[in-house]
Amino acid sequence: MAGAGDRLKAFGAFWYDFVIGDDWLVAAGVVGGLLVTYGLSQAGVTSWWLVPVVLLVLLPVSLSRAASGSLLPRRTPAPRTPPGAPRTPPAS
Amino acid sequence: MGAATALFIAVFLACAVEAVEATTIVLAAGTARDWRSAGYGVGAALVVLAAIVAVLGPAVSDIPLRGLRAVVGALLLIFGLQWIRKAILRASGHKALHDEDKLYAKHLAEAESQQARRNGIVPDWYGFTLSFKGVLLEGLEVVFIVLTFGTNDHNVGLATVAAACAVALIAALGFAVKAPLARVPENTMKFVVGIMLTSFGVFWGAEGAGAHWPGSDAALLVIIPAIALYAIGLVALLRRTAETGTGQPGQVPATTGVH
Repeated sequence: MAGAGDRLKAFGAFWYDFVIGDDWLVAAGVVGGLLVTYGLSQAGVTSWWLVPVVLLVLLPVSLSRAASGSLLPRRTPAPRTPPGAPRTPPAS
Repeated sequence: MGAATALFIAVFLACAVEAVEATTIVLAAGTARDWRSAGYGVGAALVVLAAIVAVLGPAVSDIPLRGLRAVVGALLLIFGLQWIRKAILRASGHKALHDEDKLYAKHLAEAESQQARRNGIVPDWYGFTLSFKGVLLEGLEVVFIVLTFGTNDHNVGLATVAAACAVALIAALGFAVKAPLARVPENTMKFVVGIMLTSFGVFWGAEGAGAHWPGSDAALLVIIPAIALYAIGLVALLRRTAETGTGQPGQVPATTGVH
C-alpha cells in the first residue's frame, strides 16, 4: 500500500502547492482577515476597510520573508552515488 | 474603465501568461520529439479540459453567489499576493527574471534525453505525455480563472471570449515563430496579473464576507490603481535595500511555477 500512500501524499502536496503556495502565512492571513470581516459585518460594523488593511500588512511581511531567504525552497541534496550503486551505511 | 473592461483585461492577461507557459512546453515536445505526438497530447488535454468544464461549469454556477465570492475572493487573494510578491522580487532584483528561453532549453534537453516508445496510435509516448501534462495543468488554471471571474461578475461569456482571445493569440504567435515566446513581456504581464487578481480578490473576498464597498462595483476603480501604486512603491523600496546591500539580491532562484 506504499504506492497508494505515496500517490495520496503527492496528490495532497500538489493541492497544497497549488492553493497555499510557498508562504502559508499569506493564506492564513487572508482567511483570518476574511473571518474577522465576516464577524464585523455580522455585528453591524462597517468592515470593507479590513481586507485592504490585511493586504497592506501581509504583502511587505511576505516580501521580507522571501527576501531574507526564509521562503527558499528546501533543496534535497543530490545523490552522490548513481542509483543502484551499493550504499554505505551512515556513520553511527 | 468599467468593470467589464477590468474583467476582460484581468482574464486576458492571466490566460495569456498560462498560454505562454503551455506553448513553451508543447514547442519543446514537438521540436525535440515528434510533432504528431505533441499534437495528440494537446488534443487529449483539451478533451479532458472540456469534460472538466462540462462538469464544473453548472456546479459552480449553482453555488450561492455570496459563498462563491468569499471562497473565490480568498483564493484570488492568496494567488494574487503570491504573484505580486514574486513580481516585486523580480522587478527589484531579488529574484531571477522568468526566462522562457531558459525554460525552453531545459524542457528541450530533458525531452531529447529520453528514448522513443510507441504506444497505440501515439508514435512517441514521451512527447505525448509532456505536451498533455503541460496543456492540462496550464489549462486547468485558465478554466479556474474563466469560471470564477465569469461567474462572480455574471459574465462567463465575456470571460470565455477574453480567455479564447489570449490562448489563440499566444498559440498563433508560438507556432508562427516556432520558438519560445521570449519577447512576450511575461514578467511585466505577471506583475499586472498579480495586481488584478489581488484587486478582484480584495473586492470579492470582502463582499463575500458580508462587507459593502462604498460605491459598489466602482470601488474596483480605486482598488486596482491603489494596489498597483503600493506594489510599485514596494519595488522602489526593495531596490533601495538591494543597492545598499541590506537585502540579498539574486538569492531566490527562478521558478518554473505558474504563480
